[in-house]
Amino acid sequence: MVAERTVPKFDRSSIKITKEEGLMLYEDMVLGRLFEDKCAEMYYRGRMFGFVHLYNGQEAVSTGVIRALRRDEDFVSSTYRDHVHALSAGVPAREVMAELFGKATGCSKGRGGSMHMFSAEHNLLGGYAFVAEGIPVAMGAAFQSKYRREALKDNNADQVTTCFFGDGASNNGQFFECLNMSALWKLPIIYVVENNKWAIGMAHDRATSQPEIYKKASVFDMEGYEVDGMDVLAVRDVAQKAIARARAGEGPTLIEALTYRFRGHSLADPDELRSEKEKEFWASKDPIKKLAKDLTNMGLVVSEELKAIEEKVQAIVNDAVEFAENSPEPDPDELRRYVFAED
Amino acid sequence: MAETLMFNALREATDEEMARDNTVFVLGEDVGHYGGSYKVTKGLYEKYGEFRVLDTPIAENSFSGLAVGAAMTGLRPIIEGMNMGFLLLAFNQIANNAGMLRYTSGGNFKIPMVIRGPGGVGRQLGAEHSQRLEAYFHAVPGLKIVACSTAYNAKGLLKAAIRDENPVLFFEHVLLYNLKDDLPEEEYILPLDKAEVVRKGKDVTVLTYSRMRHHCTQAAKNLEKQGYDPEIIDLISLKPFDMETIRESVKKTHRVIIVEECMKTGGIGAELVALVSEQLFDELDAPVVRLSSQDIPTPYNGKLEALTIVQPQQIVEAIHKVVDSQI
Ligand SMILES: Cc1ncc(C[n+]2csc(CCOP(=O)(O)OP(=O)(O)O)c2C)c(N)n1
Ligand SMILES: [Mg+2]
Repeated sequence: MVAERTVPKFDRSSIKITKEEGLMLYEDMVLGRLFEDKCAEMYYRGRMFGFVHLYNGQEAVSTGVIRALRRDEDFVSSTYRDHVHALSAGVPAREVMAELFGKATGCSKGRGGSMHMFSAEHNLLGGYAFVAEGIPVAMGAAFQSKYRREALKDNNADQVTTCFFGDGASNNGQFFECLNMSALWKLPIIYVVENNKWAIGMAHDRATSQPEIYKKASVFDMEGYEVDGMDVLAVRDVAQKAIARARAGEGPTLIEALTYRFRGHSLADPDELRSEKEKEFWASKDPIKKLAKDLTNMGLVVSEELKAIEEKVQAIVNDAVEFAENSPEPDPDELRRYVFAED
Repeated sequence: MAETLMFNALREATDEEMARDNTVFVLGEDVGHYGGSYKVTKGLYEKYGEFRVLDTPIAENSFSGLAVGAAMTGLRPIIEGMNMGFLLLAFNQIANNAGMLRYTSGGNFKIPMVIRGPGGVGRQLGAEHSQRLEAYFHAVPGLKIVACSTAYNAKGLLKAAIRDENPVLFFEHVLLYNLKDDLPEEEYILPLDKAEVVRKGKDVTVLTYSRMRHHCTQAAKNLEKQGYDPEIIDLISLKPFDMETIRESVKKTHRVIIVEECMKTGGIGAELVALVSEQLFDELDAPVVRLSSQDIPTPYNGKLEALTIVQPQQIVEAIHKVVDSQI
């Protein structure tokens, strides 16, 4: 096991959060967790197929960033590990589950699957299955906001785009090319690297000469933050700063969230390379338990309230499965639909 | 009528569409300050500013992805490939995202964008600058592929491509930018999916596109004198093919020759032969003949280069052979 990085200090006395916000964050993270647990169950029961990449352990990143955005106005772009980003962005659990079941009611009409969640309604730019290819597309959405503001003089065009990807993707040229262009043109975009230490079986430190990814921002003359990705309040704090900067036209930010996936790379991964010690270390930092503790210590909630949320979310997830089960398959007569804009 | 060079016809098309619709913008290498490597965007930067004529760093995959994202969110980008061959570096964004994303997203997003620029074999530019990407991209679902060949059709087709709601790969040819036509003063738009019957005839159907159209018309001048009467069709749309126009012609001539600049293996003609034999087999009186470039990297040496691509004399000979094989 490679020595763990020390997470940056986060001044907890500065936290300003209401009970409602605390519960909202908690519910979003629990939804992510229970949804993914249900996916594992359904995959092993033969209800969903293909490569399914779960997000367990990383919930604080999705929730901390996406729930700080303006829902349905700001943009979110993801990778193949996209179910939970979709949920945080507001895509109903029913539609995400139905997509995993390949049903016509799925958010991508059963054409996309686990790695291709899309929703124009919720400004979810997608699920991209090739590592790093979503980065330029997200930059395009950010360029569009800038274009409307600067070239078309639309003062309402202050949307922010968030772009999620992994430590492995940060070694790809598209990452560097886009940092350069975003900083050059001061685009309203936030790059969120979810550094979970592994790219399938490639340990991050074996793949990169400078493992501290946030430092790469400085080369492009742009802001870079390192944050404890297991602490939703810390993530939310840096996200809010980055969002404010982007909205104000001050340009892009790179956030490196130090996190960990609690399951294998995908449900097909035997997960043999990661040490038990490493897994235990990170399991002890479970972001959902941490938020529960924080909210309780701050005197904002009592355990019954959290329990009630967990029950409510479990019902949502169960309902999503029922909806997906009962939804129709796509119509075979529509096999060729959606190739072109007119279909 | 105003006599106009092809690069200016393309510039006029871009200018008119940018003036008509402020979501249309151009991006690429040296499109702004420099005015484009073949001057297609000359003067547009001064007129429309740095956002609408965006000079990008040399990062083809990423700026192509930028265009996809901008198109998904409501803009209408025109990518200029400084040379279409450089877009090999953007293959992923063009195939996965421009081509397939609409389908993969179940219709959530549309991608109205144009990817245009000089393609084909120029004069001794060497293998890498002599690509025919239309063949490489032919299999990608969701893309329309168009090749212009005259100043007149260049303008009308580019305007149509910019207005199309789908990603359009638009091939110009390095050696055709200085062709000229008298262009109408009034606006005109040409359909992207219609082939152009360049010369009516009854002996044989010659299917061609881009610069080879001009080799074919040159060959026809000789053939006419010898009493041959070929029908020359410029495909214009390389995907999908205008099978209606092709069918009408083959029903009349019962013979087909394909003249293309791409390589023979996996080329445009390969797909055409397959479709003609699937759909028009009963109409044929002779096997379909393909005249294509050699299956080799284009050599630098001028004589070798000329041997690599089809020459008008070969077209003349092929037509003799096919037409004389009357049964
Ligand atoms: C272009 C490309 N190459 C290889 C793959 C196979 N692949 C899928 S995920 C992955 C690892 C990516 O790791 P990282 O970026 O850290 O994201 P994580 O899976 O940890 O979330 C690889 C190599 C791919 N999907 N795309
Ligand atoms: Mg990783």
